[in-house]
Amino acid sequence: MLNLIIVVAVILVLAVLVTVFRVTNLVDVVKPKKDDADANVPSGNTAQGVLMVLFLVVGVIGFFYYSKTEFDTYNLPITSEHGHITERLFWITMVITVFVFIVTQIFLFGFSFKYRYKKENKAHFYPHNNKLEMIWTIVPAVVLAWLIISGLKEWSKITGPAPEGSEIVEVMGYQFAWAFRYPGKDGNLGDVDFRKIDAINQMGLDLSDRRGHDDFMPTQLVIPKGKPVLLKIRGRDVIHSVYNPHFRMQMNAVPGMPTQFWFVPTVSTAEMREQTGNPDFNYELVCNKICGKSHFGMKGIITVLEQDEYDSWYKEQQENTWLKQNPDYLAQVPNDLKEAAIIASGIEIIEDEVNSSAQGSSK
Amino acid sequence: MSVTDIQLQQDTAGHDDHHDDHEHAQSFVTKYIFSTDHKTIAKQFLITGIFWALLGGILSVIFRLQLGFPEMQLEWLRPFLGQWITPEGQLDQEFYLALVTMHGTIMVFFVLTAGLSGTFSNFLIPLQCGARDMASGFMNMLSYWFFFLSSVVMFVSMFIETGPASGGWTIYPPLSALPQAMSGSGLGMTLWLVSMALFIVSTLLGGINYITTVINLRTEGMSFSRLPLTIWAFFITAVLGLLSFPVLFSAALLLIFDRSLGTSFYLSDIYIAGEALPHLGGSPILFQHLFWFLGHPEVYIVILPALGITSEIISTNSRKPIFGYKAMIGSMLGIGFLSFIVWAHHMFITGMNPFLGSIFTILTLIIAVPSAIKAFNYITTLWKGNIIFTPAMLFSIGLVSFFISGGVTGLFLGNSVLDINLHDTYFVVAHFHLVMGSAAFFGMLAGVYHWFPKMFGRMMNDKLGKLHFWLSFVGIYMVFFPMHYIGIAGFPRRYYAFTSFDTFSGFADLNALVSIAAILTLGAQFIFLFNFFYSIFRGKLAPANPWKSNTLEWTTPRFPEHGNWPGAIPKVYRWAYDYSKPGAKDDFIPQTVPYSHTPESNLDHENEEAKNEDLTGVEKSE
Repeated sequence: MLNLIIVVAVILVLAVLVTVFRVTNLVDVVKPKKDDADANVPSGNTAQGVLMVLFLVVGVIGFFYYSKTEFDTYNLPITSEHGHITERLFWITMVITVFVFIVTQIFLFGFSFKYRYKKENKAHFYPHNNKLEMIWTIVPAVVLAWLIISGLKEWSKITGPAPEGSEIVEVMGYQFAWAFRYPGKDGNLGDVDFRKIDAINQMGLDLSDRRGHDDFMPTQLVIPKGKPVLLKIRGRDVIHSVYNPHFRMQMNAVPGMPTQFWFVPTVSTAEMREQTGNPDFNYELVCNKICGKSHFGMKGIITVLEQDEYDSWYKEQQENTWLKQNPDYLAQVPNDLKEAAIIASGIEIIEDEVNSSAQGSSK
Repeated sequence: MSVTDIQLQQDTAGHDDHHDDHEHAQSFVTKYIFSTDHKTIAKQFLITGIFWALLGGILSVIFRLQLGFPEMQLEWLRPFLGQWITPEGQLDQEFYLALVTMHGTIMVFFVLTAGLSGTFSNFLIPLQCGARDMASGFMNMLSYWFFFLSSVVMFVSMFIETGPASGGWTIYPPLSALPQAMSGSGLGMTLWLVSMALFIVSTLLGGINYITTVINLRTEGMSFSRLPLTIWAFFITAVLGLLSFPVLFSAALLLIFDRSLGTSFYLSDIYIAGEALPHLGGSPILFQHLFWFLGHPEVYIVILPALGITSEIISTNSRKPIFGYKAMIGSMLGIGFLSFIVWAHHMFITGMNPFLGSIFTILTLIIAVPSAIKAFNYITTLWKGNIIFTPAMLFSIGLVSFFISGGVTGLFLGNSVLDINLHDTYFVVAHFHLVMGSAAFFGMLAGVYHWFPKMFGRMMNDKLGKLHFWLSFVGIYMVFFPMHYIGIAGFPRRYYAFTSFDTFSGFADLNALVSIAAILTLGAQFIFLFNFFYSIFRGKLAPANPWKSNTLEWTTPRFPEHGNWPGAIPKVYRWAYDYSKPGAKDDFIPQTVPYSHTPESNLDHENEEAKNEDLTGVEKSE
């Protein structure tokens, strides 16, 4: 019933509008034309110019007011070393673009108002001015060149090789979550093979590589403050993107093409909780490449610890190797590596080899 | 200069100013449906484009409802969306992505490529070049009907059980290649690819025609240096399309192979839905390279015609020559060329070699220079003009405003190091919706308002046009300007909701504002629709040259027949921008007026030219 009323109301409103339109049309026809009115210029020409200036003024005031009052809402605290540098370039670019933006809009709407039609006026025949055109070709070119050069230096640093001794963590995106893998005691990540993936071996650890036997896979990304962290990134099914706006960090996770990103976190989670006054604050790992139905829910938690906290966390975790938690997979380890694997992973109870050989392979 | 005179037989039979359907032997079908008249084909493109624009707009409002009011009960949409409304009365999460994808596909390809180029290239190229029709009227007709077919396929894909394509309008594999990844990648994606293949055929048929017509069928005296900027824009656009769309076709073809024939062009090392796929050695990045090799020229395919239309309208209504005619052409050529070598700026953080990122940053920021020149030239054209605010003029000024607002943010996104944090956030959404989406859309509307009198022989209502402009202009800024803030805060695009992340808990107010503004903006378009269809039948009859414009189309009768000019094709003696020339009696001198008739206003070199003019067939004015 309510729907019907709404429909009827809409129809009535439309009917009223159409009637108003037709009445004004008829009035226009009947109304005698003023003698001095210019037949070619629609009435209300000046009003349009005034509206333009009004729009300009209200728009610019609104822009500056909101940008200033809400600064902390849209400008997230920076928590990585390179973030400070990119942020500086961001704001330099911002100053330049806002200047150009405001000046050109003032000219655009200002000229529209100032040079609106007046009967006694005649437009100035001004087809070109080479000097002027040269100026506004060269000036933007120079400014842009400067922006490019300052950007490229940083770009090559950020995307260049990670410093020696970076913490290496593997991040894998899959529908719709993240998995993390640490190299364990030996400091090396073991090989992976997507054909080894199954419900338990989520990351496809290839157990024929001994370097993987001590790898461990916590449920969070835990990284130390003040030390370069190198994320080795891959996607398991479709493209995902490893993104966190606080670190100003982003890199796609592509199936079949490993990528990486390194950065130095500068603020620990605990410090952020204090700074933001939010005791539940967490850095969040955001998926930023459309990946399917639950794309918007694909979240990981990143915890930044002080170096000493991190060391003790790591020590604790490296006892929980993946192989130790899933000893069934010992069956996939080649016979000659088995003993080393048991030691590396810290498995205490040895399964009967004959039993375990039947299960565990990926297909 | 080649002289072209393809006088059509039917033109010799009775050509008066009165329009009479029964006078010609054409049936309804050949006149309005399978017509080879470029004017009719243009109108077909326009009306199909309007249909798609409305649909695309409605889709966007549906997903804006979700984003602005996540808790809203959408049960009332069930009659339209059926199973896509969940039992709880919410929008289905996957359908949300389908909406986003279809909105993008429809707006970029069906509205702003076919609807814009299809309409105005078709309508204006013969009329402004002085040709009786396109080089091949038949191919032109095919171009529309391939587009129509493509539209039907795309439309049908929205009603299938598994939903339309939903991997984003950029259809990146593996997401788009694997039905296991999302249901929209099943039949919906197949239909999307079929539709796009047909669409590409349509674009190529059209493009070849536009290029050939501009090169070969200009009237006597219409040298390239006298062509209106509209035609230059359409010409360059057509060349871009011709060079880039085949690459999209090949990208789509390889995707079809990967989907259906088990090849591994884009797929490798994939484990999905509990099984490892046999694909090895492919690269998803390859698709992105191929896609953006079209995709980037595509944004210029969208914006250049709009800029061309704007050049013409701003000049006419400022009563001033366009400032820097040659610089405008040079900029368009520069943009056209550079648009082919900037594509990878869409891919800075895909894992592409960072060195490539540096190269593409440089090339991308170079393209900002010709774009800036164009904006400055528009503003200088307004300077010391005598501006008449027709609705077309308002929309053109709006276009320039959007072009600047959206253009400056390109300096952030084109800079690889800044793109790290802004990539795929709402900052990008704001950027391209302003610089390309809204600007091109305004160009299209400006064109409709300006050439409506020529298309339908009647005037659109001026007041409604202005109301439409202000509501749209303010509305669009209210939709897209706040998105910059949301984007700087890192909000990712293509998110169904931001509830999962504490980082994105803010801006509920801005998102609601954006949604309300989007609804109002869509609502304002109904004013246009009413004005458009009402004026076709009931508008005031148009005078011969309502805007006092110089270009050739205004020398045709009010209702031009197929063949455009009843008599001989007019000759052209000057460029299209002799507005307010010092000494001249009127503030405009049409292109058909020889220099020898206007000694009072000629410049020195023009007096020289006047001596050599061939005046046969020109009656002396006054």
